[in-house]
Amino acid sequence: MHSVSGHTHERGVGRITFLIPLLVCVVIGVFLYRGLSLNPREVPSPLIGKAAPEFKLPSLHQPDTILSPASFAGKPWILNVWASWCVACRQEHPVVTNLAQRVDIPVIGLDYKDQPEDGKAWLTQFGDPYDASIVDLEGNAGLDWGVYGVPETFLIDANGVIQFKHIGPLTSDIVETRLMSKLAELGGS
Amino acid sequence: MKRLLLVITLSLWASSAFAVEARDFDTEADAQRYYKLIARLRCLVCQNQSLADSNADLARDMRDKTFELMFEKESSDDDIVNFMLERYGDFVLYRPPFKATTVALWLAPAIALILGLVLVARLAASSTGQSSRAQVEDEKLAAARRLLNDSERVDRDQPR
Repeated sequence: MHSVSGHTHERGVGRITFLIPLLVCVVIGVFLYRGLSLNPREVPSPLIGKAAPEFKLPSLHQPDTILSPASFAGKPWILNVWASWCVACRQEHPVVTNLAQRVDIPVIGLDYKDQPEDGKAWLTQFGDPYDASIVDLEGNAGLDWGVYGVPETFLIDANGVIQFKHIGPLTSDIVETRLMSKLAELGGS
Repeated sequence: MKRLLLVITLSLWASSAFAVEARDFDTEADAQRYYKLIARLRCLVCQNQSLADSNADLARDMRDKTFELMFEKESSDDDIVNFMLERYGDFVLYRPPFKATTVALWLAPAIALILGLVLVARLAASSTGQSSRAQVEDEKLAAARRLLNDSERVDRDQPR
């Protein structure tokens, strides 16, 4: 009788041991499945919650005017980084135009590593949704703002703190679900 | 034919060697310091390449910045790394730092190894258990053999 119970006990341990690889597979599977819906290109920015980096750059339309983040302080503003050589910027352009019409805060364009003439021609061709445009010929402001793939969009609050960043073309879905709700939190519209 | 081979060989060599632009260094040590640092930093556009490997525009800008900080502003390596970290986050480092959010990343392999060793040890232990069971079965087999031999003897004793 004793030997029989000992036997079944050993069987039970064996069964649990066989379950371990299955468990490991399930855990790895869950992580991999989650990974499928993540975008590895979207690297979280360390700048969220930090003061907007300084720049002093000429305006695209009035090269004598020097603009800096302080020029827009006092209420929230949106910085949209684009370039005439950027294909995805054409794709998001209608969304940015629509956004600029909807909100009553400044939407500023940063023409990133682009010749001013090309930038101006691009805005003439597709329409200029921006309240002001800034020329970042060398890409130094882009580097300071952690820009690595245009288009990128930042939302800066009234105190000059970056509250939101989107990498890649804006879609109306992202504007609705993420940007507008963040803006509502900041008390803008 | 020989000339064609030479052209092909040279062009292969050229394409791999000049991802990084040539620079002037005062000393060999400066050059080594620079190349060592750009190999530690990641290009965010082509994410599996370091600044030293990538010929993306952004990588070039980041190399320029590294060079400028290192030799014009005379920043230390740590300052340059911090400069990049402030702008691009931990992802800019090829070797992720050890901190609360990366504990799992760093420790998971060690934990997996320990779990694996425990599993192997347990399987080994249970297989020695099996061999003792095998011993019991050996005894039973011997008993069965004895019985069979006996019955054979009985068969032989039977008159045909």
